[in-house]
This record gives sequence, C-alpha cells and structure tokens, in this order.
Amino acid sequence: MSEALITVLMVHEVGLHARPSVKLTKLAKGFSSQIEMAVAAEGPWIDAKSIVKVMATKAPKDTVLHFRARGDDAQAAVQALADLVASDFEEAKRDAARG
Amino acid sequence: MPPAVELKGSPASPGVASGPLVRVGRVLELARVAGAPGQERQALKAAIRQAIAGLNALIARIGEDGAEIVAFQIAMLEDNELSRPAWEAIDTGTPADVAWKAAVDVQIADYRASEDDYFRARAADLRDLRDRVVVHLTGDGSEVVPAGAVLVGEDVTPSRFLETDWTSGGGIVLTGGSSSSHVAILARARGVPMVVAVGEADFDGHCAAIVDGASGRVVLSPDDETVARFAVIARDADERARREADYLDRPAVTADGTPVAVLINVAGPDDLAAIDAATCDGIGLMRTEFLFRDGAALPDEETQYQVYCQLLDWAGSKPVTIRTLDAGGDKPISGLTPVGETNTFLGVRGIRLSLLREDVFRPQLRALARAAAGGNLKVMWPMVTSPGEIDRAAALFEEELAALTAAGIAFARPRLGMMVEVPAPAIAPDLYGAAEFFSIGSNDLIQYVAAAARDNGGVAALAGEVIPVIERLVAGLAAYGRERGIEVSLCGELAGETAHIPALLRSGLASLSVAPAALARVKAAVAGVNLGA
Repeated sequence: MSEALITVLMVHEVGLHARPSVKLTKLAKGFSSQIEMAVAAEGPWIDAKSIVKVMATKAPKDTVLHFRARGDDAQAAVQALADLVASDFEEAKRDAARG
Repeated sequence: MPPAVELKGSPASPGVASGPLVRVGRVLELARVAGAPGQERQALKAAIRQAIAGLNALIARIGEDGAEIVAFQIAMLEDNELSRPAWEAIDTGTPADVAWKAAVDVQIADYRASEDDYFRARAADLRDLRDRVVVHLTGDGSEVVPAGAVLVGEDVTPSRFLETDWTSGGGIVLTGGSSSSHVAILARARGVPMVVAVGEADFDGHCAAIVDGASGRVVLSPDDETVARFAVIARDADERARREADYLDRPAVTADGTPVAVLINVAGPDDLAAIDAATCDGIGLMRTEFLFRDGAALPDEETQYQVYCQLLDWAGSKPVTIRTLDAGGDKPISGLTPVGETNTFLGVRGIRLSLLREDVFRPQLRALARAAAGGNLKVMWPMVTSPGEIDRAAALFEEELAALTAAGIAFARPRLGMMVEVPAPAIAPDLYGAAEFFSIGSNDLIQYVAAAARDNGGVAALAGEVIPVIERLVAGLAAYGRERGIEVSLCGELAGETAHIPALLRSGLASLSVAPAALARVKAAVAGVNLGA
C-alpha cells in the first residue's frame, strides 16, 4: 500500500470540459488505488474517478491540478494522470489522426 | 365516466377496435407503481444498464463529434456519484423513477446555474440521459399499456408501433399524422384499426375509446348503445372478411380466367409468422430498412444473411424479392442518412445513399449473394433515377461476387431489378434496359408525380387526383414489359386498394404485391374483374 502525490499544469484550451473529463475519469478508473483531485494544495479533494465530481470543479485553462492516490498502483496512477494532462489530453494525437 | 365524445378523422387502417384509452408520447409523465425497495433498486440498476447499452450501440454508428457527448452521457450513467441520492431515496420507499429523476435534476439545476455557456448546454445532455433511463423504467410504455388498448396522441413512431403487442386487439388514434405515413402502412399490414388527423382534442378523463378505421370515426367514453352499434359494424366487417377468406387459399384468377400473381410485402421474418406461404405467390418486397432501425446498431453481413435465409426458407421455391436499403426521405437512420437536408424526399436516399456508403452497401450485397445460393432470390434497387446507377450497383455486386469466389464462399447470382418510383423510368422505361425486372413503387411515384408529400395533410388529397395518370404510366410499363419479356409488378399501397384493382389489371399488370392483411380481399377483388368484358 503506497501513497503518491503529483501536480501538473492543465493547458487545455477549454479547461475541464466533457471530453477531457471523460478521458481523465476513464484513465483513473483503470487503477485500483483510490485517487483524488484538487485544484489547490489544501483541497478540497474530490474523487477523480467520478465524472460528476471532476466536471463540477469547472477548472479552466492554466489551473494547476493536484492528484493524490492511495493503493498498490498509486505511483503509476498519479504519473499516468499527470502525463495525460501534460499531453493536453492527447489532443495532438487526435488532430494528427484527423489531418 | 365523462359523457361520450365523437371525433372525426381520416381513415388510415380499417377495422373496429374498442378498449382502454392510453395516451402516447407522454411516457415521461406516466408514473411507475413502486415495488419494495429491493425491486426498485433492481429496476433502476437494470434501466441504467439498458440505457448504457443503448448509448454504446449509438456510439458504434456515429461520427467522432457526436461520440464525445454520448461518451459523456455514458460516463455520467456509470458514475455512482450521480445515482447515489436515488439509491438513498429508494431505500426510504420512493419509486425508482421518482428517485432517479430527483437525483439527476439536482445535477441539471447545478449545470443550468453555471455562468459558462458550455456547462449550461450540458444540462440538455443530462435531461437526455435522465429521460432515457426513465423510459426504461416505465418499460417503454409496454408495461403500462394494457392489452387491446387504443393508443392516442399526436403521432406514433414506427418503432413504437413495432414494439407494441397487437395480438389482443388495440387501435391507434392520432390528432395529426397521415394515412400514407409509414405507421399507417404498418397498421394496415398488421390489420390494426387506425384513424388520423382527428384534430385538437381533449383526452383528459377519458378511459376508453372505440376506433372505426374504415369511417374515420372515434368515440371517447362510449355509452352502451354506442358500443353495441359498433359491435354490429365490427360483425359486418368480420362477415365480409370471412367471405373474402374463401379466396385466400386459391390462386388469384380474374372472372375470365386470367391468372394474377399476388405476393406480399414484408419488413422481416416477424411478418411471416402468421402467414401460410401457400396463400401467396411469394414475397414481392422485403423492406430491408427495418433491419437498420433507428436506435439499434447497423446490422452486419452475418445478421442480414440469417434474416434473408429465413425469408427464402419460408418461401420454398416461390420468388422472394429483397429491396436494398431504402433509407432517407421519411425514413431517417441516425449515423447513416444525411442531416440538415431541406428536402429529404428529393435528397440523398435509396440507391443514391447506398452508392455513397459502400461500407454499408457491400455487406448487404454479400449477404444477399450468399443467401441467393439457398433459394429463389431477386434483388431490386430503390429510387433508381439514372441508368448509370444500375450499372454502378451491378458493378459493385460483381466485385463482391469475385471476392466471395476468392474466399471460397458459396453464393448465387440473383436477378437484379429496380423499383420504378422516380418518374424518370416510369416515363421512359426503355432507357433502363439494364434492369432485369421492374417493380412499381406507387407510394413514392404518386408523391413525385403529384409533387405532393404523403405526410402533408394539406396536399394529401392530390394523391387521389393523379391516379388516372399513374394508371397510364402503369399501362406503359406493362406494355414495355410484355415487349421485352420482363416482369413488371406493383408493390405500393395502390395494389391493396380494391377500388383500383380493376384499372390496374386492365392496364396489363398481372402481378401485385400487397400487405399480408390485404391478401384475401385483393384475391376476392381480382376474381370480380372481367378483362374480356
């Protein structure tokens, strides 16, 4: 059982709208650890696997997202989420596939 | 019981129905009778699962941009955070639908209150998924609809009609609608009494209704005397049907001994359950678009192959004519038919759409070729406008046959014919010589010749006024068929209208394909025509 913590800047143009939220929660749900997200170091911390909660943050572009996880795959979980946000939710991949 | 109210509309499907009145189009306002919390919990779980399954099927067929929002709805449905208040309410005895609506309404209110346009717009998606689950909770109306009920409302969708169990009777009354709409065609095919265009009416408080499809009369909350009166009408109709039934088992022959082939129009194997193949001369039209029904996933080659085989097995050695996908116009299919056309009747539909969507067309062609190995199959293209379309469709077919050969899969080459429904081939059939047979689609032909839409009550009467013109076109087509030695038949609604059969037969037509429910009366009508006179 381990804990992990990470922060990442979200540069996504429209912030946490439906598409990025779906991707984020889908990714989080793939890990067994309990995972939480906050838009400030002191919280409030919300369940990162819940799209209801994630969308409710309405986090805009340039928000620093905080992820903390507790469980066997905690480190992998926060790293994966940070990578997703840092890659701008894989928008580049989608645009490349389209073009 | 409130005093009886008489309504008058247009006849859409003959027959008398008497039963409890059920409002449709208002499923979301119907309440669910709650069971114990355990049952309600199960019901909500199942309804959410069904809603997710429906959305997953939708994703499989739509473009990327639409898929984003559907994925959002699915994620919401999978989130326990959304349904948590519902489970809690159910535990205190609240019915599942009330509990669910309240839980989602909390989220909807939150999104609506946002200052951000985008979040306010998501409220509509939440309403959508809320209602999708509610429909599953109220059983799509089928649990709430008692047997033999008269459905009453503004309109009834074809899929609603197909989902309803009509075996214990029942009828349809519409305030709007048209007697040439698809639902009306389905109602006539199944013998379900239907009246349309009764106009604005107040159905509140009425629990029972009588529908007389032949006269267009409807009585709400009928008194005993009225019920008796309509029972007589129904009895007379039954009498007539019994007399006509005498003709059912014999081949159709005119009074002067000319044989006429009478086949049936079907939408799928379900339509065949109640029919004895010996009472008809084959299937003159299978409408494949009902396989591609809106809301379900597009059927793959194997699924289609199985369905086509069922029809061929049923027909034995008798011919089965299958029409390739005729989507578009008033038969939209999401993810397939174009969106935003200003005039769908003159747009990308029928063979035009198939030639543009080879990804959908080729599997259908393969399924047909494979099925042809097992029976007497004919294939026809819908909405043919130019000879080039026949050539292109035939070329695609040949390509798929070559592929099947290379793969060592058994097939046969069916005869490839065409529907005559666009006026062009009706006027100059000799330019369409590549077609191996013609089937006149009178429904659309009448619309195009009269330049009047069949779903527009304002011009519906014009259809009747161009019948003499249609008869002239039919005569021309029948003559061409005789000259060239190819088969010409008619599969539109006109063939089932006994008043027009004498003229059609005199035009030289000797093959009609009709709704199964019309078989007996059509054969009886044929017997009454003397072509020598």
